[in-house]
Amino acid sequence: MAERYSSFQSGGRMWFLQRVTAVFLLVVLAFHFFLLHFVHHADEVSFLASSARMEQLSYYSLMILFLVTATFHGVNGVYNALVNQGLTGTKRTVIKWTLVAASVVLIAQGIRTANAWAGIGLY
Amino acid sequence: MSQSYNRGLIEDFARWREFEAGMWAWIFHKFTGWVLIGYLFTHIAVLSTGIPAAGAGEAAIAAGNDVYTQTIVSLEGLLLVRLLEVGLLAVAVFHMLNGTRLLLTDLGIGLDAQDKSFYASLILTGAITVASVPTFIAGAF
Repeated sequence: MAERYSSFQSGGRMWFLQRVTAVFLLVVLAFHFFLLHFVHHADEVSFLASSARMEQLSYYSLMILFLVTATFHGVNGVYNALVNQGLTGTKRTVIKWTLVAASVVLIAQGIRTANAWAGIGLY
Repeated sequence: MSQSYNRGLIEDFARWREFEAGMWAWIFHKFTGWVLIGYLFTHIAVLSTGIPAAGAGEAAIAAGNDVYTQTIVSLEGLLLVRLLEVGLLAVAVFHMLNGTRLLLTDLGIGLDAQDKSFYASLILTGAITVASVPTFIAGAF
C-alpha cells in the first residue's frame, strides 16, 4: 500500500476548508468547462453572450462564489506547498501576506469584470 | 490518525527512481495545482478586458467590435492557444480526479487501492483529454 502524501497537516481548519472548497470546485469547475467549451464554443465568445449569462443573478452569484473558492483553494494550496518545502520565519510571514494581497486583488478584479458584464454600475 | 513523512526535496531529481505511485500522485497534484492557480490569475487578467469593453457603444458591442470580444476572438484564433487549452483541460481533469482520490483517502475509502486509483486517474485524464480534442480545436483552422 502506498503511503498517504499531502502537503497539509490532517485535521486542521485550513485542511478542512481546502477539502470543502475542493468538493464545491469539483462540481462548478466541471460545469464551467462544460458550459464554456462544449455547450458554447471558444470561438463563439462575445461581450453580448458573456453579458447575457452574467445578468442572471443565479449565474452571477455562482461565478463570484467560484472565484472566491478557487482563489482560496489555489492560494492556500500554494502556501501549504511552500510551508511543506521548509518555508519558515519572516519569509513565511512575508509570503503569506503577499499571497493574501494577491488574492484580494484577484477577487476585486474578478468582481469588477463580472459587474461590467452584468451591467452593475460598480466597476 | 495523522502521520507525517519525510519526503526530502522533490528538487532532488536523482531520487525519482525511488518514487512510488503515491509520491508521483503528490508531485503531479502539486504541479497541476501551480499551473491552475497561475492560469486563474491569467484568466482574470484576460477577462478584465470586459471592463473597458463595457464602456463601448451599443453598436460596437452588437457588432463585436469591443476590446473584450476582439481579444478573445484573436486569442482563440491562434492554434497555440487552442493547444494550451487542451493542456489546461488535461491539467484540470487530473487535478480533479486525483483530488477526488485524495478526498476519498481522507475519508478512509480505498486506502488499499491508492496505487490503482492513481493509475486510473491518469488513464481517465488521458481518455477525457483525447476525447475533448475535436471540441477544443473546432474552428481553429
